[in-house]
Amino acid sequence: MTFLNSLISGLSLGSVYAIIALGYTMVYGISKMLNFAHGDVIMVGGYVSFCLTMYVGMNGWVALLIAMVVCTLLGIIIERLAYRPLRGTGSLAVLITAIGVSYFLQNAALLIWGANPRVFTSLFNGAETIHAANGQLTITPESLFTIIANIVIMIVLTLFVSKTKAGKAMRAVSEDNGAAQLMGINVNQSISMTFAIGSGLAAVAGVLMCSAYPVLMPTTGAMPGIKAFTAAVFGGIGSIPGAMIGGLILGIIEIFSRAYISTELSDAIVFACLIIVLLVKPTGLLGKKVSEKV
Amino acid sequence: MADRLFKAVSVRSLRGAVKGSEYRREAFISYGILIIGYIILQVGAAAGLIGHNLQGQFVPICVYVSLAISLNLVVGISGELSLGHAGFMAVGAFTGIVVTRVLEGSIGFAPLRLILALIVAAIMASIAGFIIGIPILGLRGDYLAIVTLAFGEIVRNFMNVLYFALDDKGHLKFAFNHTIEGIDNSQRIITGAIGATGVTKTATFTGAALLTAFTLFIVLNLKNSMQGRAIMSIRDNRIAAESIGLNVKKYKLMAFVISAALAGMAGCMFGQNYSTLAPVKFNFNTSVLILVFVVLGGIGNIWGGMIAAALLTVLPEALRQFSDYRMLAYAIVLIVVMICTYNPTIKSRVNAFFKKIKPKKKDKTGKKAGKEVA
Repeated sequence: MTFLNSLISGLSLGSVYAIIALGYTMVYGISKMLNFAHGDVIMVGGYVSFCLTMYVGMNGWVALLIAMVVCTLLGIIIERLAYRPLRGTGSLAVLITAIGVSYFLQNAALLIWGANPRVFTSLFNGAETIHAANGQLTITPESLFTIIANIVIMIVLTLFVSKTKAGKAMRAVSEDNGAAQLMGINVNQSISMTFAIGSGLAAVAGVLMCSAYPVLMPTTGAMPGIKAFTAAVFGGIGSIPGAMIGGLILGIIEIFSRAYISTELSDAIVFACLIIVLLVKPTGLLGKKVSEKV
Repeated sequence: MADRLFKAVSVRSLRGAVKGSEYRREAFISYGILIIGYIILQVGAAAGLIGHNLQGQFVPICVYVSLAISLNLVVGISGELSLGHAGFMAVGAFTGIVVTRVLEGSIGFAPLRLILALIVAAIMASIAGFIIGIPILGLRGDYLAIVTLAFGEIVRNFMNVLYFALDDKGHLKFAFNHTIEGIDNSQRIITGAIGATGVTKTATFTGAALLTAFTLFIVLNLKNSMQGRAIMSIRDNRIAAESIGLNVKKYKLMAFVISAALAGMAGCMFGQNYSTLAPVKFNFNTSVLILVFVVLGGIGNIWGGMIAAALLTVLPEALRQFSDYRMLAYAIVLIVVMICTYNPTIKSRVNAFFKKIKPKKKDKTGKKAGKEVA
């Protein structure tokens, strides 16, 4: 039964990683940049939701919606102010700017909310834990909802990207920026929209993560951000199903190595698995192999 | 003959070969900055112009300058993004701490202990660099970056479960993932997540400055050697370099391992500057910080990275008057500087402005270098 319990918590953690990884992978796909500030948008989402429920007394779900709106706007503003001026100047310059934005968000959060960890009230406060198999198997409402939310988001996003006009425009921009512009696609708008979607999802991930692990600090988003980035690369960066698979596998590996091998070494094992996967498949599990032309 | 071919492949090296004096100019400026910086800080400290807080930063400044130089070897000269430099630093730091502690009984002369520790640290870090370098060399760009990131995190994680101690007879004891029993606290050298405790500091400002000079010597000479030109020609055009018979893997590995060894030495010096040192110090943020120095100084521009490292190490101290807002100010300064140096419109306006003042003034080499690598 420990196995099944671990599997469920692994899937739940993996779903959080997958939702965050989506933001990374979409932004990477469209603008070829590693958005290291993405993890901190999660933290902002968590804090906004925390403040609304705690100080305004709002319902958790309404707070989640408002947090999504706030993070979406934040994502658009960050892209407009920090990343757009550097578009086309090479990935390293934008990477360092993203790191600057990450520092900025962390320290702004430190000033606004302080360094003390806040205890987050779960979105499912009051909902009952499901017990099965004579009480040996426990499924918390948080993990159940996280897994379902992940699946729903993944389906909606895949449909959006493949069926709608805006989604097709996004794909075109990520394939060939210049050609897309010639076809009359508004590149700036497409990139803004990608950031908006990614950041909105980050808010969802933040609230779900804080519901499961209810400690909120200015650095809360940093480690999940790095892990989700790893997950995105694991699945093949730029690929939406890849982000989902990568996130789930990463979550399961992490929980299993915590349960069966060592708590301290769980991160090392996760990263070692990543290195092994990249050795076998240098562009991740579902990544496209682009051959080099002379 | 082969050397000439590499020069032909690498556009920038070609320019260097034609000019001939570029190496001398770069070396002159780099060593000049180091010597002048050293003299200013020494005189300032002796004259009491530099506060106590800043004096404590002298060794870290030298360490970060060395790290910026060694990372420039990978990012600038070899053209690969590395996000795990702090991992090599950690290997060097903890190796150095164990070595100096073991030698404490037998060698009384602190600088000799430090030198031996530096050598062992360099060897250990280069072994780590070799182990991680072999698998990653087949990877490109961002995939390579994520593997170096993963490596840095793995090293830090391992440091969290490492235990070293000296028993009563002076034998070194080692344990992995569990504490060592029956040992006094004073005999412990490295205790898992707490890190190293009771380190006898052997690092001095002069020693650290000499290490920086050594790092500079290695990197500048490598850059101007046949091997260096081979590495740069691979960076500029991998396929062309391969087609003239260059062993791409060998040269990439060479740059990576040398950079790792130098980072290990800098880490060793860093570890010798504090009485306690926790593995948390060598996290992802430290790797990123070193990368920020390199990019801000202009990728591939050795002395630019040196200046950026020194300034950014002092900056949080200088921003102290903003108290709580200082890290926020740091972040804003970073973003604004990045946008101002790399945004094409702003850059051309700044250049036009400088051209008005000095008609013959040319664009800085660092900016050009950054553009080419990117």
